[in-house]
Amino acid sequence: MSQPVLSVEQLYITLPPGADRPYAVDNVSFDLLAGEILCIVGESGSGKSMSAHAMMGLLPEGVEPSGGTIRYAGLDLLKLTDPQLRKLRGQRIGMIFQEPMAALNPLMRVEDQIAEVFEAHGLLTASERRARAVKLLEEVGIPDPPKAAKAFPFQMSGGQRQRVVIAMALALQPEILIADEPTTALDVTTQAQILKLIRDIQKKRGMAVMFITHDFGVVAEIADRVAVMQSGRIVEAGTAQAILTAPQHDYTRKLLAAIPSLATSAARATATTAPLLQVDGLFKTFRTSQGMIRKTERVVHAIDDVSLTLHEGETLGVVGESGSGKSTLGRCLVRLIEPDAGTVRLAGTDMSHLKGEALRAARKTIQMIFQDPYASLNPRASVGRIISEGPIAHGVPKREALAKAAELLTLVGLDASAIRRYPHEFSGGQRQRIGIARALALEPRVIIADEAVSALDVSIQAQVLDLLADLKRRLNLSLVFITHDLRVAATICDRIAVMQKGKLVEIGDTHEIFTRPKMAYTRLLLDAIPGREMEQAAVVKAS
Amino acid sequence: MRDFWNRFSQHKGAVLGLVFLTIVVTIAFVTPALFPVSPWKMVQRPFLPPFTIDRFPLGTDALGRDVLAGLAYGAQVSLLIGLISTAAALLIGIPIGLVAGYFGGRTDDVMMRFTEFFQTVPSFALAIVLVAIFQPSIKSIIAAIGIVSWPPVARLVRGEVLSLRSREYVEAAILSGQTHFTIITRQILPNTLSPIIVLASLMVATAILLESSLSFMGLGDPNLMSWGYMIGAARTVIRQAWWLSFFPGIAILLTVLALNLIGEGLNDALNPRLSRRVK
Repeated sequence: MSQPVLSVEQLYITLPPGADRPYAVDNVSFDLLAGEILCIVGESGSGKSMSAHAMMGLLPEGVEPSGGTIRYAGLDLLKLTDPQLRKLRGQRIGMIFQEPMAALNPLMRVEDQIAEVFEAHGLLTASERRARAVKLLEEVGIPDPPKAAKAFPFQMSGGQRQRVVIAMALALQPEILIADEPTTALDVTTQAQILKLIRDIQKKRGMAVMFITHDFGVVAEIADRVAVMQSGRIVEAGTAQAILTAPQHDYTRKLLAAIPSLATSAARATATTAPLLQVDGLFKTFRTSQGMIRKTERVVHAIDDVSLTLHEGETLGVVGESGSGKSTLGRCLVRLIEPDAGTVRLAGTDMSHLKGEALRAARKTIQMIFQDPYASLNPRASVGRIISEGPIAHGVPKREALAKAAELLTLVGLDASAIRRYPHEFSGGQRQRIGIARALALEPRVIIADEAVSALDVSIQAQVLDLLADLKRRLNLSLVFITHDLRVAATICDRIAVMQKGKLVEIGDTHEIFTRPKMAYTRLLLDAIPGREMEQAAVVKAS
Repeated sequence: MRDFWNRFSQHKGAVLGLVFLTIVVTIAFVTPALFPVSPWKMVQRPFLPPFTIDRFPLGTDALGRDVLAGLAYGAQVSLLIGLISTAAALLIGIPIGLVAGYFGGRTDDVMMRFTEFFQTVPSFALAIVLVAIFQPSIKSIIAAIGIVSWPPVARLVRGEVLSLRSREYVEAAILSGQTHFTIITRQILPNTLSPIIVLASLMVATAILLESSLSFMGLGDPNLMSWGYMIGAARTVIRQAWWLSFFPGIAILLTVLALNLIGEGLNDALNPRLSRRVK
């Protein structure tokens, strides 16, 4: 096998006092071999990013490496001075970040940003730099490179921006590329393209790539070797094949088991019950005007003639990429956004034309669970108040509402004593449970879950999905489940509606959609799911 | 709360400011006991230089009145006017900002044009006109300062509300059927408090300055001894008797500086993420 280009030995990174553990990275050793892709996998807070940032000397204030070495080309990266490190950065070790928009200067043309990399190291003349920028853009597969070179970052899509960031990282032909969750902020189809690009370039240039991710699907797509991290330690390392098919450590097994499976069965399709929510010909167009003198109007058809039905006791998934209008649809159903045209009939009443008191009363039947567990709870209200406010607003006496809140907390798997505590004392998953309790407090018949598990780690995600499925059965709820993650949709939904650019592309039973998609776009989405081939191969082998 | 105090006390200037302000407040409270004689009463020969007689360490003014007693009574007046007029400005500015930011659209337009109307008139000129119309008295001065200083409050609150309004917990509150009033007062207002507190501490300082300027122009309450009045009365004799304007001037400078330092410390303590003192 090839030589290690970079080796980390017994690395310790200390966290500031008062953190939940003494070391962010605790006695971690691994080698990065020439020409391989090493994936470092772990949940949030596992220390996976910290170890990469230590290599580049990019640790945040108060977090310091306190032991061990990172050897590269005979040097210990931890002992280098800033100027020495600066020479290495970019030239020998390149880095790609998670959020391409934040990694680019919004007010600088793309070619200038790439040229800046050469300039920083005092290489080439101005015109050569510009020529190289165009060549690099071509290499990362941006259409019409000369034109793209003159563009500003905001004129590009998320995937194109990430390509520019990759071009910048590749500019000086580094030996090592560190990629910190480079596809997490991207849509699934774009993610598939970027993963392929990274793999192709890695092969062509023979680089060593250290790829940090939380997503085992991505690991299956790209990794040669894998190291699994848990609370600062590497619990297991080995070839991708070995880790994915025969994990040794309990934690790895638990993580792999928590990944929602794509396997669906035809038996799940429920017998049709009475329709509870009927959406008919819904439209919503956003108009934003820009410019003071010459007004240029940007028109976005967020929802374009959508009709669908939710039956009693059913879970309807709404899937689509960002900008497909799925979240706008959810907000239109509860009238957080006013639709332009169309009707939403909830248990016979037309929601879309209610006003004032009548709307307030009707909203009791339809509640929402939000995406961001940090933004969806008022930081200055106690958990008891957060849950009981709804019933109190509808005239339930305070004492009764609080007793109910305590009951609901136990129902969602939290301790009733949580009632007195404040949101910041809870973890993301626990906060999401509080959000669910709040939605249930008004005894709704329909719950709209907008990306309700997207912000959670995969093991927490599995628990919350289980909870939702269980509550749905026990309380006879109907669920509209909005998600970008087809794996999640496959586990929880009875039927799935696929949206693209505001239009409903396809709607059908989950099993049908996954096994016999009718539309090309649906097939495209399914093919882009990371780790899909591997899973199918495993299914074929098992049967 | 302990966290808050820890962060506040890291800001050395703010602690110093707080100490100084505490001293000024204490003086204001014990003044009647310390100086039972009215500050308007003539007690010694006019133009007594400072540090010549132990009983009147800061000397006397053109009419033989005790400068130190004037400073102490002036502290009372300055703090009182600073605090009450700031409260008045908050009382006008916060509701306007809340309503404009929450309801948006036409309501927002109307209220912001109204606010801009006040912002475009130079505030000091407006304050002079108001006090001149209503006769100089402590009430009219407080009203005038309140009326000219609320627009920044309204703007700040509106901006905060605009960003809070689209938070998911506010959406959740709308869905749970809470009334607009409940949402504004219980969900949104508590989360706008920290910037308001910071702004208010700085506004007290501005109000003290405004009052001093008004008194300097001869538009102070004729029955109250204030720092601005003392400087104003001494301006004609500034070359013969420097101490008459110097000591009240220093008092204003230090009080305003103390309030500004406290404001900065509060800002760092209440918004730890935005703190400029990254170290």
